[in-house]
Amino acid sequence: MLISCGALAGCKLVVMDPSGDVAVQERNLIIASTALMLLVIIPVIALTFLFARHYRASNPDAVYDPGFHHSTQLEVVIWTIPLLIIIALGAMAWVSTHTLDPFRPLSRLGPKRPVPADTKPLEVQVVSLDWKWLFIYPEQGVASVNEMAAPVDRPLAFKLTSSSVWNTFYVPALAGMIYTMAGMETQLQAVINREGDYWGLSAHYSGSGFSRMNFRFRGVSAQGFEAWVTQAKASQDTLDRNAYLALEKPSEADPVRYYGTVESGLYQAIIGMCPENGQMCIAEMHHIDRMGGDEKNSEENAKRLDYDNRRLESGTEPSGATFPASGRPPQGPVQPQGMKPRDQDAASGGINQPKHALPGASGGPAPPQLNTGPSNGDSH
Amino acid sequence: MFAHFDIKQLIFGRLSLEAIPYHEPILVATFAVVALAGIALLGAVTWFGKWDYLWREWFTTIDHKRIGIMYVILAIVMLLRGFADALMMLVQKALSVGASEGYLPPHHYDQIFTAHGTIMIFFMAMPFVTGMMNYIMPLQIGARDVAFPFLNNFSFWMTVGGATLTMLSLFVGEFSRATWLAYAPLSGAAYSPGVGVDYYIWGLQVAGVGTTLSGINLIATVIKMRAPGMTLMKMPVFCWTTLASNALIVTIFPVLTATLALLALDRYVGTHFFTNDFGGNSMLYMNLIWIWGHPEVYVLVLPAFGIYSEVVSTFCSKRLFGYTSMVYATAVIALVSWLVWLHHFFTMGAGPNVNSFFGIASMIIAIPTGAKVFNWLFTMYRGRIRFEGPFIWVMGFIPTFVIGGLTGVLLAVPPADFVVHNSLFLVAHFHNVIIGGVVFGLLAGVQYWFPKAFGYKLDPFWGKVSFWCWLSGFWTVFLPLYVLGLMGVTRRTQHFDDPSVQPYLTIAAIGVCVIMVGILTFVLQLIVSYFRREQLRDFTGDPWGGRTLEWSTSSPPPPYNFAFTPVVHDLDAWWDMKRRGYERPLGGFRPIHMPKNTGAGVVLAGLSTVLGFALIWYIWWLAALSFAGLIAAAITHTFNYNRDFYISAEDVVRLENQRTAQLAAGA
Repeated sequence: MLISCGALAGCKLVVMDPSGDVAVQERNLIIASTALMLLVIIPVIALTFLFARHYRASNPDAVYDPGFHHSTQLEVVIWTIPLLIIIALGAMAWVSTHTLDPFRPLSRLGPKRPVPADTKPLEVQVVSLDWKWLFIYPEQGVASVNEMAAPVDRPLAFKLTSSSVWNTFYVPALAGMIYTMAGMETQLQAVINREGDYWGLSAHYSGSGFSRMNFRFRGVSAQGFEAWVTQAKASQDTLDRNAYLALEKPSEADPVRYYGTVESGLYQAIIGMCPENGQMCIAEMHHIDRMGGDEKNSEENAKRLDYDNRRLESGTEPSGATFPASGRPPQGPVQPQGMKPRDQDAASGGINQPKHALPGASGGPAPPQLNTGPSNGDSH
Repeated sequence: MFAHFDIKQLIFGRLSLEAIPYHEPILVATFAVVALAGIALLGAVTWFGKWDYLWREWFTTIDHKRIGIMYVILAIVMLLRGFADALMMLVQKALSVGASEGYLPPHHYDQIFTAHGTIMIFFMAMPFVTGMMNYIMPLQIGARDVAFPFLNNFSFWMTVGGATLTMLSLFVGEFSRATWLAYAPLSGAAYSPGVGVDYYIWGLQVAGVGTTLSGINLIATVIKMRAPGMTLMKMPVFCWTTLASNALIVTIFPVLTATLALLALDRYVGTHFFTNDFGGNSMLYMNLIWIWGHPEVYVLVLPAFGIYSEVVSTFCSKRLFGYTSMVYATAVIALVSWLVWLHHFFTMGAGPNVNSFFGIASMIIAIPTGAKVFNWLFTMYRGRIRFEGPFIWVMGFIPTFVIGGLTGVLLAVPPADFVVHNSLFLVAHFHNVIIGGVVFGLLAGVQYWFPKAFGYKLDPFWGKVSFWCWLSGFWTVFLPLYVLGLMGVTRRTQHFDDPSVQPYLTIAAIGVCVIMVGILTFVLQLIVSYFRREQLRDFTGDPWGGRTLEWSTSSPPPPYNFAFTPVVHDLDAWWDMKRRGYERPLGGFRPIHMPKNTGAGVVLAGLSTVLGFALIWYIWWLAALSFAGLIAAAITHTFNYNRDFYISAEDVVRLENQRTAQLAAGA
């Protein structure tokens, strides 16, 4: 089957032939562990058929020894063989899990190519949205949707989060995958070694638009990267909170889009689950809780913490085979059963009310905590 | 809210006519077929006047053998449903490439893959395994029934209740679209507002009660009801694997129940255990569900290992090689299976120490499993192997399973998992062990023990056809999936942009049709064997040259299993008895104390199912009523003192004389 792959047009085992050093090491690990295990698997399969054939009841030459049901020596061998293989494999697993930990800064760009001492990794902030990918380049001050570019042989430091449900960030040619989760940040360190047009995807089911949650990953030269950034910078669009809230609404198969400027602190606000003006960031809630709570304002604060309404408010639940079971028409404002509104007041953003309280409309300036987090300068 | 008080909503909750998917041709056609078949079946039962017989002899039975058979029937029915889902999925995948959309929109497709996983694990594999354990284990330990016969009946009907709710979602409302483990926060009220996840939750909660109780029951049976002389280390291996499997069940199913209860609280009363906001933690859900989910795999595969052990030793005409080592291997697998759940989410971002701990723990399971395979091999060594119906499945199992084991250990290496996690490679891996390990084992078990349960062997020709279709179909489906996984293709996608995947998906779709032939020929085998039953009849009760006690009694066994409780001196007790010239006692029979049938199980499980339905649709009055009814029925049942009776000595004599005549006719 693997051989037949070559015969079929267009088939590429990208996992077995990746273009980034991390993925290459992971591929090598697959090959090494498979080889190690085949040492015992092949003899077992061979012996199965050999014994089955030789000891068939119709073979008069076969020895029949019903008393042979215990042998201490053989038992020792039986348990030792898998044990040895697992010891070897376990050692490999221990070492490789530590060296290929996605959070650990890269130490090499390729075999025998350590990372030069003065190299600063390119930071990319990744947000999985319903159902598209947002890439923010804090250093360059640009952002893009469903396409990212990376210069070859420069370490990439991804910081990843999600706007609603879980997804996995996975570029098979580049490195292994990592989950993206709302309110949390994961990291991934990688490097792309060959120029080329690759693709990435979400590998964790996230709802109806999941199948089309793919993006382009472009491995480019340093100049190519400059050109890509310039192209993105040329875009008139600004990724501010307003634009983000519009962007994060569920949509499928979105076209590639660039943002020439990105509002400062937006990524931190997304992790804090407070991209909207007036919302309370999760860190502030933690702080209040640590300080013993804030009984007086708790009701007010609860409204500001309400976040899990990403898909409801948009009312774009896909209509389909058996739609009405959710208790409301797919596009309508009808209150679904079981979704008890925590707040019916439209002005403060009731869970099922269209939110007019976007920045500039009725809300005041963003609460200060939004902009006090570590941000990379205020130039963009 | 009180301004427009809605009487319709008060009565029907969120159930309305729109919940019936009459605008969906696939479901309407399915419903038509199911309804026609159902009406035909009910009509036939009525026509032949069998309702009374079914109620008296089957629905209310507390006989472990009949309950076992009903479990297996349930499993085969659900296998057909789960398989129909698989067929639809793979056909959709093969069609929906490039510009084509296929024939299933995401909304429908997502329900299908969720239902496939849920049904195959909870309502196919679990009842199948439970049915086997129920039927065989008491016979193997020389018992007359399980420890708690009524509980057994109740457990079965709870499982049926859960399956009923799951099936109902086809035609009333919809099923969950949040994967078979209902990953949070996707399964929360905010992201899955419909009834789908509620069907999932209550279907599993109702069935889960049955599974837990059945686990307790079977453990008590193994521990307390073994025949005199049968020490634990003289038990057949299948009883050991039953014990291990049920020990896992009683420790993990409460975790599942608690997890789903928390999810239900999130969905029904607005708590925040697994939400994104208000301090909820979806990673907690992932951990909890896999703390149940991983040992669950061993709940299924350990009894299958037991079946292979029995089949191998019988058809090699040899005692199982390394019995003690087999027992310890089983115990080690069960113990370590509690400690490996995190390997299902290495890519969540846990630190390297955590990941390597769970990776290495997962690999350790390969050691006892490898030892088991070697033990089967050395049972064949110097054996006298008869390639009859049950044994050919072992020949299919060993190569298939060890390859599944290889890819499994590969996935246990965390950085290797990073590149194939959630891919079709992973899908191919776990089908490799679940079909190659569990399903093949269960089908071998059916071939092996069918003559015990019904008194005639299964037709060997159609059994072979079925086997070869299953085996070749399996590899035709899953080899391409391995390749696709290495091409970076992930699971649960309803559409593919890249046209180069289509040839592989087409091969897989062809393979699934071959498996379909395998399932149909299996059903055909049952039918053909029924019509040829006089030629296939076995009078001896021991058609294969068996080694364990179930073969010492008649086929099918009398209600009391053994007229005299056997006394055990050695492992493979029946083989030992035959070797020492055992003579069947022909006199001195005494009345036998047996439990009495009761309808309480059907009533309680029926009420639980209604309760589940009412909760799913927010029909609060019905929920309250059925819950009150449930409590009342349970209390009423405790006042039922008419629970046992004696099979009179005359009846025992009559049944034993029949057996004597049968044996004479056979000889």
